[in-house]
Amino acid sequence: MLKALRMDSDTCTGCHQCEMMCSYGKVGAFNPAKSVMDVSLYNGGAVNIPSTCTQCEEAWCMVVCPVEAITINPTTGAKEISAEVCVGCKVCSIACPYGAINYDADSGVVTKCDLCGGEPMCVEACPTPALAFVDKDSTGYDRIWNHVTADLVDCDSTVRH
Amino acid sequence: MHYVIIGAGPAAVAAAEKLRVLDEDGQITMIGSQAQQPYSRMAIPYYLTGKVEESGTYLRRSSDHFESHRIELVHGEATAVDAAGHKVILGDGSAMAYDKLLIATGAEPIIPPVAGMDDPRVQQCWHLEDAERIIELAKPGARAVQVGAGFIGCIILESWVLREVDLTVVEMGPRMVPRMLGEKAGNLLKTWCESKGVTVHTGTTVETIESTQNELNVVLNNGEAYPADVVIVSTGVKPNVGFLQDLDIKIDQGIEVDEFMQTSISDVYAAGDCAQGLDFSTGETAVHAVQPTATEHGRVAATNMATNNSFSYKGSLNMNILDTLGLVTSSFGAWEGVDGSDSAEIYNPDNYQYINLQFKDDVLVGANTVGYHAHLGVLRGLIESRVPLGVWKERLKKNPVGLMEAYIGVTQEVAGSA
Repeated sequence: MLKALRMDSDTCTGCHQCEMMCSYGKVGAFNPAKSVMDVSLYNGGAVNIPSTCTQCEEAWCMVVCPVEAITINPTTGAKEISAEVCVGCKVCSIACPYGAINYDADSGVVTKCDLCGGEPMCVEACPTPALAFVDKDSTGYDRIWNHVTADLVDCDSTVRH
Repeated sequence: MHYVIIGAGPAAVAAAEKLRVLDEDGQITMIGSQAQQPYSRMAIPYYLTGKVEESGTYLRRSSDHFESHRIELVHGEATAVDAAGHKVILGDGSAMAYDKLLIATGAEPIIPPVAGMDDPRVQQCWHLEDAERIIELAKPGARAVQVGAGFIGCIILESWVLREVDLTVVEMGPRMVPRMLGEKAGNLLKTWCESKGVTVHTGTTVETIESTQNELNVVLNNGEAYPADVVIVSTGVKPNVGFLQDLDIKIDQGIEVDEFMQTSISDVYAAGDCAQGLDFSTGETAVHAVQPTATEHGRVAATNMATNNSFSYKGSLNMNILDTLGLVTSSFGAWEGVDGSDSAEIYNPDNYQYINLQFKDDVLVGANTVGYHAHLGVLRGLIESRVPLGVWKERLKKNPVGLMEAYIGVTQEVAGSA
């Protein structure tokens, strides 16, 4: 069973612990600017919405990459970036319609959520049920995906097996 | 079913892989004219700076990738297409029969009609071999003149600076990257390059390139002249369609294709830089010649080749991202605006920051950015989904930087204020 991150805004308190742990996992420092998990605050913090890559089937980033730096981890299903292969062209960062892949100028490569190899640190850090690692089919991603993919190319899912 | 693909670039490879997924038993042949494994021109600038080896430019990592997907790679040059006979004619005179044909021959550099262009020290930067030649010529301390500051020019520009050459850029248009950036953005980029020690002439053309044994002399139409050890020509590209001259196929700027990526000839499709396909923003057709369009074209064409035109394409969104000496610029869709559009803007020249968003009613239709690289993809998401922004339009007009909040607000229907 493939698992995915469930992100629930109703129980997110906006504490940003997930961003701290994410950046610690990614670059070894507590620096939310380096986090690939983002919590957006609305109504002065009354509504908080965590967001990151949903590991979408279309994988716009992976399909567009000119050097095959993004591949699927067969165990987790996550689309992972190889920092060794990535040349830093950034074309994935404009191709992802969710804005979930970003260029990191310090490292010269792009970064995105890779589910921490199957043990997401953001979930560990979250003090409420707002972030959970659950069955991929119970994440409620459909709502996000339907918004975007309704009018984009959806002639397939993954191109490479 | 024999699928033949002319070309081995991103559109061709995306198509071949898609065909293999959709047609397990079909025969797939890709005809490539380059000696190397299929590689990416987008990676050449990073090859020039030494960030990657030649193998780092390959479109696919594994040496048996095509073999394992049963995609046959034929090294050769297509010289003609015999549509009535369903055959591709190759340079050695042989013919290859096809059931469905994809033309994905990409683009080739435009060489401006200037005297002196034939000197071997005047180089394009297009093929891997060009890059190898430039690496020899552009030694640290060498004097280089780059003709053209378009999309490709502004990507490769960084390579010269990192190679510590003394660089002068000459652009015919009124600003840098005139086809991708508006006036403020293009001029910010120019100021940025100048602050990094690059001499930039815009609105200027090269009159002639004089050659002596020791050096070149690049004479401009403003009366100035620059001695140079190497001249790099980057004045745009045009669809590589010359080999189709005897074929009765509709060609305008590129090979015209319909919503199925099919050309005016049945069983013949075109994709990528050589194709003039539907433009998402205008509803007309255009040659986009960018990587996202190439891979999408390839997948859509393959889908329709394998399924008798089952997938109608809504067109490609023209978009681009450049990193010029560390300054990231991007453009999306109708960045120049459309009839009756209004806009939101931040302009902070001291910090090299600029955002311009173009709205038609309450839908985002285009954008230019300078100096931002966070969450830029949502610009594509908002434009291409044509999602009504509702209350978020006014919020974006007040704060164009709040793109991610607006995007999540719209897609998750948050009514409150950011």
